[in-house]
Amino acid sequence: MSTPETVVKLAELTGKTQEAPFVLTDDERHEIEHEIAHYPDARAASIGALKIIQARRGWVPDGALEPVAKMLGIGAAELEGVATFYSLIYRKPVGRHVVKVCDSITCFMVGYEDIKKTLEQHLGITHGQTTADGRFTMLPICCIGACDKGPALMVDDDLHHDLTPDNVVGIVEAYK
Amino acid sequence: MATIHVDGKQYDVDGADNLLQACLNLGLDIPYFCWHPALGSVGACRQCAVKSFRDENDKMGRIVMSCMTPASNGTYISIDDEEAKAFRATIVEFLMTNHPHDCPVCEEGGHCHLQDMTVMTQHHSRSYRFTKRTHLNQDLGPFIGHEMNRCISCYRCVRYYKDYAGGTDLGVYGSAANVYFGRAEEGTLESEFSGNLTEVCPTGVFTDKTHSERYTRKWDMQYAPSICASCSVGCNVSPGERYGEIRRVENRYHGELNGYFLCDRGRFGYGYTNLKDRPRHPLIDGATVTSDVALGAARGMINGASKVIAIGSPRASVEANYALRTMVGAASFYDGHATQEGELVKLALQIVRDGPVPATTITAMEDADAVLVLGEDITATAPRMALAVRQAARGKGRALADEKKVSDWQAISLADLLQRDSYPVFVASVDSTRLDDIAHATVRAAPEDLARLGFAVANLLDASSPAVAGLDEATAAQAKAIADALAAAKKPLIISGTGAGSTAVMQAAANIAWALKAKNDATGLALTLPEANSYGLAMLEPQPLADALEALASGAADTLVVLENDLYRRAPKAVVDAALAKVKSLIVIDHTATDATARAQVVLPAATVFEGDGTVVNYEGRAQRHFQVYDPKYYDASLAQVESWRWLAVLEAASGWKILDDITGACATAVSGLAGIVDAAPGAAFRIDGLKIAREPHRYSGRTAMRANQAVSEIRQPVDPDTPLSFSMEGYNGVGGLDRPAALMPYAWAPGWNSPQSWNKFQQEIGGHLRGGDPGKLLFAGGATQAYFTDVPAAFTPSGSGSGFRVLPLHLHFGGDELSSRAEPIRERASTAFVAIARADVARAGVNGHATVSVDGELVQLPTFISDTLPAGTVGLPAGFAGVPFVAYGVDATVSGG
Repeated sequence: MSTPETVVKLAELTGKTQEAPFVLTDDERHEIEHEIAHYPDARAASIGALKIIQARRGWVPDGALEPVAKMLGIGAAELEGVATFYSLIYRKPVGRHVVKVCDSITCFMVGYEDIKKTLEQHLGITHGQTTADGRFTMLPICCIGACDKGPALMVDDDLHHDLTPDNVVGIVEAYK
Repeated sequence: MATIHVDGKQYDVDGADNLLQACLNLGLDIPYFCWHPALGSVGACRQCAVKSFRDENDKMGRIVMSCMTPASNGTYISIDDEEAKAFRATIVEFLMTNHPHDCPVCEEGGHCHLQDMTVMTQHHSRSYRFTKRTHLNQDLGPFIGHEMNRCISCYRCVRYYKDYAGGTDLGVYGSAANVYFGRAEEGTLESEFSGNLTEVCPTGVFTDKTHSERYTRKWDMQYAPSICASCSVGCNVSPGERYGEIRRVENRYHGELNGYFLCDRGRFGYGYTNLKDRPRHPLIDGATVTSDVALGAARGMINGASKVIAIGSPRASVEANYALRTMVGAASFYDGHATQEGELVKLALQIVRDGPVPATTITAMEDADAVLVLGEDITATAPRMALAVRQAARGKGRALADEKKVSDWQAISLADLLQRDSYPVFVASVDSTRLDDIAHATVRAAPEDLARLGFAVANLLDASSPAVAGLDEATAAQAKAIADALAAAKKPLIISGTGAGSTAVMQAAANIAWALKAKNDATGLALTLPEANSYGLAMLEPQPLADALEALASGAADTLVVLENDLYRRAPKAVVDAALAKVKSLIVIDHTATDATARAQVVLPAATVFEGDGTVVNYEGRAQRHFQVYDPKYYDASLAQVESWRWLAVLEAASGWKILDDITGACATAVSGLAGIVDAAPGAAFRIDGLKIAREPHRYSGRTAMRANQAVSEIRQPVDPDTPLSFSMEGYNGVGGLDRPAALMPYAWAPGWNSPQSWNKFQQEIGGHLRGGDPGKLLFAGGATQAYFTDVPAAFTPSGSGSGFRVLPLHLHFGGDELSSRAEPIRERASTAFVAIARADVARAGVNGHATVSVDGELVQLPTFISDTLPAGTVGLPAGFAGVPFVAYGVDATVSGG
């Protein structure tokens, strides 16, 4: 008798589609090698290598783990541990612009929830989602060092502070 | 020593321990999750909180984690402190906010550390009212079930799998309250030691999938102290039975051998005993007969023979082999090993028993600070040694910690100090091995060249050992590096064995160990052997197998009794066929259907290691007793399988052997080297408080209904005349005390401790020897200085042209072992048969995808595996695989395109 199917196949449930096989570009490979050269142990370049992939592709595709881990001399599992530990390494595709709304205690006290609600209504998405046109992804972020000017958020690398439900729409709309 | 004060009482403890370990050593219970005796402390779970006081006058105190606090002199702590108790209850509740509380359907239930700790902390009502986070699970292959929702994020699994066992394909993902333990992608766990996850995990995230389909709670299984039959290490195991089937094999702690961990072949390879097509009734010419009829026929054959000879077995017990030898006489008793393998085992015995360096225990291997593995892939041939060598390599972390005055239980500090550094491990073998990832250097060469390397190392260590003529520069440099590392080590360790099939390799290993021993008394040595009882058989001094086959083929003997042995695994098919063709009567006693049982006129069904009692001798020369787990006849009176020695005792009625003690005693008296086997475990008359020791937990249920399908009345439980164990929950079960001899511990259980963590209750000190001494009796008393071996072989020369290739045996963890490879989950994990060929030789052999291999006239077609590591001029065949011909050492094969 064959083993009854007691486990759910992850791949089937998450609706992963067949992607083209991942190939590291020469450029990526070269830059990762450069990063590795900074450290006595290649493993130390894990975050740097993931950032290099993300800078070029917007996120870190599944297929990148194996070849990058190989360059670092570690298993894909260890690299995935690093990739998933850091919330700003994206393991799913994100929109052209990532809106990171600070939900730390200070921002929470001075109006985070209103900002969040306004964005949700305006963009039609909530945290962890991407607009259908691929323009915005919304994510929570815990403290961006602007507690005195909260509520605050970041769009890509830009910091925006002293937000109100009235000004926040205009701020994100500036990003096409 | 340090004096600590716990709840107003004063105790003397080892000041090098942490408080948790010190308190557990004292028998005081503190709940814990992330700490494990083999893994050290990380302070991740916060469960082991106690109140610490500055001194006896401090009444305030503060909460500390006992696993992260040294048990230093003058420590005042309270476990019973109300605030500490409340803190611990809060922690377990917090850890379980996302736990599904699915104990009734969870396979961990009943031997679950989380259950035990929850009860201990008295967390019995939960206040979390919100949605629980849930996870998707992964299919981790045929061995391990995965149920992440049960996880309490203690991190023990990754600390074991990655840090301890060197696995790379299990990781931890995410952070904070959103943490997932699994593979980067769904798929089979690669480590050969993955099964230990089921015992390391404190809850039901990782469970034994082989047990799952025929599941029984721990308290409802019957157990016996048993010995793993999958290799010569002799790990102690605790198999559990229900309804006449072995349902699971768990680790049985041994302070000098397996400790807390087994390999996957040993843990998951038990399925052969449950096979439906096993011989369970006597057969005459393939037809089922009664035992009396079969015995009558066998007696008739033996009495009517012109000459009876017998072939023993390295996978049968000492008692079975001795009974056979007694029946036919020592001169007619032949080795069950292949002829050359028998020679190798004899040589190993000579080196380990008679030489100046006795075999190193597995635990002692973990303390080595330089290791040379010569000629073996120990992950396949003696897997538990490979796990120990991994600890030896990591042991440098302890030394670095010691320099920095950091305690050795500070697991994170040790890892931070160590980074990727390690003590030197050298692996010299015929092809790549599963230990190469920790090797400082690897050497790939034919056995002759491995031996030459070894002799050269020995010569560098002691110039009076033979020099190697004509050594090339590269090998000389390798030898120098190895010799320097071994000479610089405080505890150098040499591991070799019969795996390479070469006497010269083992002799070279012996020379190295002996040369080191002269300078360093802490030198270690271990030689792996082909099978679980190779030494036990060799010590009965059987005649070489080739002589038996020759005697049969020539007609000098006409009747053959074969004990638990498939002759087709021991000699070329043509040779066995020629011998058996001349045999008038063939009697085979075995528990497994083999090509030999298929040829037999009379088959007497033997008990497997799980169904019978016997003694086996491991690689150290340690005699260990395995006990019958259950009596098959209880479920089906027609079943006839009994221990081979019992069949032979009946055939040899004059022997007067009635019970195990009779034959063990007779063997101990008759064979001087085996005198110690009677002390492997207490005899049948042993009692505690007048009671036999119960095989079943005292909560065993459903016994009255077990046979209700056959008859309503409950029959009497089987009587066990052979051992001090009873087939019952009645008897001594350790509830009133914990003083059973270690060799008689069927399973681990202590009041309040249902999980495998309960082993800690039976140790002299946590992670140390078992109370009353670790099981087994060392038979080797220690040898004397020997003269060096002097036969340095000539270098291997590949034939270079034509289709001739030297065949090298490749050992694999799964698929090569005769018995475990019949278990379905192991078959799923094993590769198919193949022939490995060096990349440089592909063109010469003209192979392309498939190859036709011809050895000793046997022709097989096999898929080719192109190896970048195999020496040129050789081909590798997976040893012991079905579909791969028997190959004697040094034999050439012709290989051509398939």
